[in-house]
Amino acid sequence: MAFLQAAAKRANSFTGKPSRLPYLLLLPGLAFLSIFFILPILNLAATSTQSPAASGEIGSYVQTFQFSNYVNAFLESREQFARSFIYATLATLLALAISYPLAYAIAFKSGRWKNLLVVLVVAPFFTSFLLRTIAWKQILGENGPVVGPLRALHLIGPQTTLTASAFAVVTGMTYNFLPFMTLPLYASLDRIDPRTLEAAGDLYANGFTTFRKVTFPLSLPGVVAGTLLTFIPAAGDYVNAAILGNPSTKMVGNVIDSRFFRIVDYPTAAALSFMLMAAILILITVYIRRSGTEELI
Amino acid sequence: MADASTSSRGDLKLTRITKSYSDFNAVDDLSLTIKEGSFFALLGPSGCGKTTTLRMIAGLEEPTAGSIHIGTTDITTMKPYQRPVNTVFQNYALFPHLSIYENIAFGLRRRGIKDVKSAVDKALDLVELPHLADRKPNQLSGGQQQRIALARAIINRPALLLLDEPLGALDLKLRRQMQIELKWIQKEVGLTFVHVTHDQEEAMTMADTVALMHDGKIEQMGSPADLYDNPKSVFVANFLGQSNLIDGKIVDSDGDNFVVDLFGQKVSVLKSRSSAKDASVLFGIRPEKLRIQPSDADKPGNVLTGGRIVDVSYIGVSTQYQVEMPWGQEIMVFEQNDDGIPPLAKGDGVRLSWEPIFSFALDGHEDATAGSEVEVSE
Ligand SMILES: Nc1ncnc2c1ncn2[C@@H]1O[C@H](COP(=O)(O)OP(=O)(O)O)[C@@H](O)[C@H]1O
Ligand SMILES: [Mg+2]
Repeated sequence: MAFLQAAAKRANSFTGKPSRLPYLLLLPGLAFLSIFFILPILNLAATSTQSPAASGEIGSYVQTFQFSNYVNAFLESREQFARSFIYATLATLLALAISYPLAYAIAFKSGRWKNLLVVLVVAPFFTSFLLRTIAWKQILGENGPVVGPLRALHLIGPQTTLTASAFAVVTGMTYNFLPFMTLPLYASLDRIDPRTLEAAGDLYANGFTTFRKVTFPLSLPGVVAGTLLTFIPAAGDYVNAAILGNPSTKMVGNVIDSRFFRIVDYPTAAALSFMLMAAILILITVYIRRSGTEELI
Repeated sequence: MADASTSSRGDLKLTRITKSYSDFNAVDDLSLTIKEGSFFALLGPSGCGKTTTLRMIAGLEEPTAGSIHIGTTDITTMKPYQRPVNTVFQNYALFPHLSIYENIAFGLRRRGIKDVKSAVDKALDLVELPHLADRKPNQLSGGQQQRIALARAIINRPALLLLDEPLGALDLKLRRQMQIELKWIQKEVGLTFVHVTHDQEEAMTMADTVALMHDGKIEQMGSPADLYDNPKSVFVANFLGQSNLIDGKIVDSDGDNFVVDLFGQKVSVLKSRSSAKDASVLFGIRPEKLRIQPSDADKPGNVLTGGRIVDVSYIGVSTQYQVEMPWGQEIMVFEQNDDGIPPLAKGDGVRLSWEPIFSFALDGHEDATAGSEVEVSE
């Protein structure tokens, strides 16, 4: 809220009297968030400590403040939790490795093709998430363009398939979330004044040192934003694992999905959701601290 | 690379440098020698190729033809980071993510020098901003950023320091102050400065040698006084200060002088101040070199009679007159208000006189408006 007070103070210096404008401008957003985020969260929190109603009717629960729901939920899906974070981390690293050179080339080397290339990066978003994931299944499938050449080159055995595997899930997530990584990277690279890079060269830094000491540090806000925007949805994702995976690649999202919609075990689903949220929050807090970009968030 | 700044010393020599873009030459067959340790100004209107020339010296642009030497070392194809040359960029180009201290230390660190503290402190002292070491560039004013950019370059003791309109973004007062400081710093550190500017006053006050550039070529080069007093072309005469240029014909030779006929009146000009190709000349005289008297006064030297004052502006230290001559041309005259005589009035008949050594003669076939402000602003 510090920036709000600062903004209010700045407004004061123009008008000479206290201004309520910054607070008024905030109202619609606050109202929206309270109704559609805070209330549901409280509801979810309440649900997470309920236990089955005495009637034994399926899907009917009463509040008993049963915190052991959390322990049980965690013990039952430890494996899926771990998998979620491992897959999300792998997909994020893979997306970063693909996106950085791509964003760099678009920002510095594409000349008049720049805008077209940015549109192409976003283009996959014009089709539905589900459709793209199913398409990925086709691409990796028996008759797709990937398996054949890999087998011909003996990079994979003649019996090996790519679908219904951890590989398919991770690459699917990478593919699906790639624009989330590329766009912030591109935005921060494109903002770099090319003259600062020339200045580095002028001050005895060769190409690689210029990248290490100037380009990369200046693109760090984009790296942090991109990895967060990729990691967070990837850690909670269940579509890729459902469509591209097998029973042993289930992620925590899949567990929540099945608890909620199939077994109607609302308390466990709610407890898992909360734990996922808490884990993500802790991880990104540590991450932002470590990368020294607090002031950018 | 650690000795990049000491391995090659000496004069900077550009030999027939050309930089072509698709349809024209930004720099056109330019040759130039800059003496080691001098303050050299590259002056010229916007777009004449100054930045391009500087970028080729820095290695940020590759010449289409020609070669660049420092002393005996050919640096034409060296990468920027291999050259003993540092640049103060037009927009400063400080590293926004680094502190002022680290900005200044950047060049030393890249050359593998571990103990940078005393050098950085000295550089900060030189630009008188030691208290800003821990700030980030965006917390500094334009003038402060400018000094840091200078410190960041100077600390490397390059053979050559290039400054691309380094004072362009500063307001007039700060600019004048920085001009004096830059000149002082150059003397202090004894490096060769190549200073690019489009401000003739700046070039004249700071530089030992000024090269006036026009359309990718050097129009004339010399000391500020030489360029001002003895311009060789209409462009130089008009770009540096103001000039009255009158159509004339050389009609006679008299010892060291040419006798020139200006619409029926005879005046003289030193042969050494003439760059006429044939009899047709543009006779030049600076407004402040002219003396103005009532028509009946009698003064020796070169004289033009039959003038009539059409405009008088009194501006404190001097009075500016527009005098219409019998052939219809208006001549500008600046008179110092130091003789206690009240200024002449509009409508007065006057004669103009001057010492013959103050005039010059240019090739009469040139366009008399080349390099004047009207043309430059287009
Ligand atoms: N990369 C480029 N491509 C095409 N033309 C350029 C390029 N850089 C500069 N020019 C042109 O070259 C001329 C000289 O530019 P410059 O050296 O920047 O002039 P100055 O610094 O004297 O104002 C200008 O007409 C400019 O438009
Ligand atoms: Mg320029």
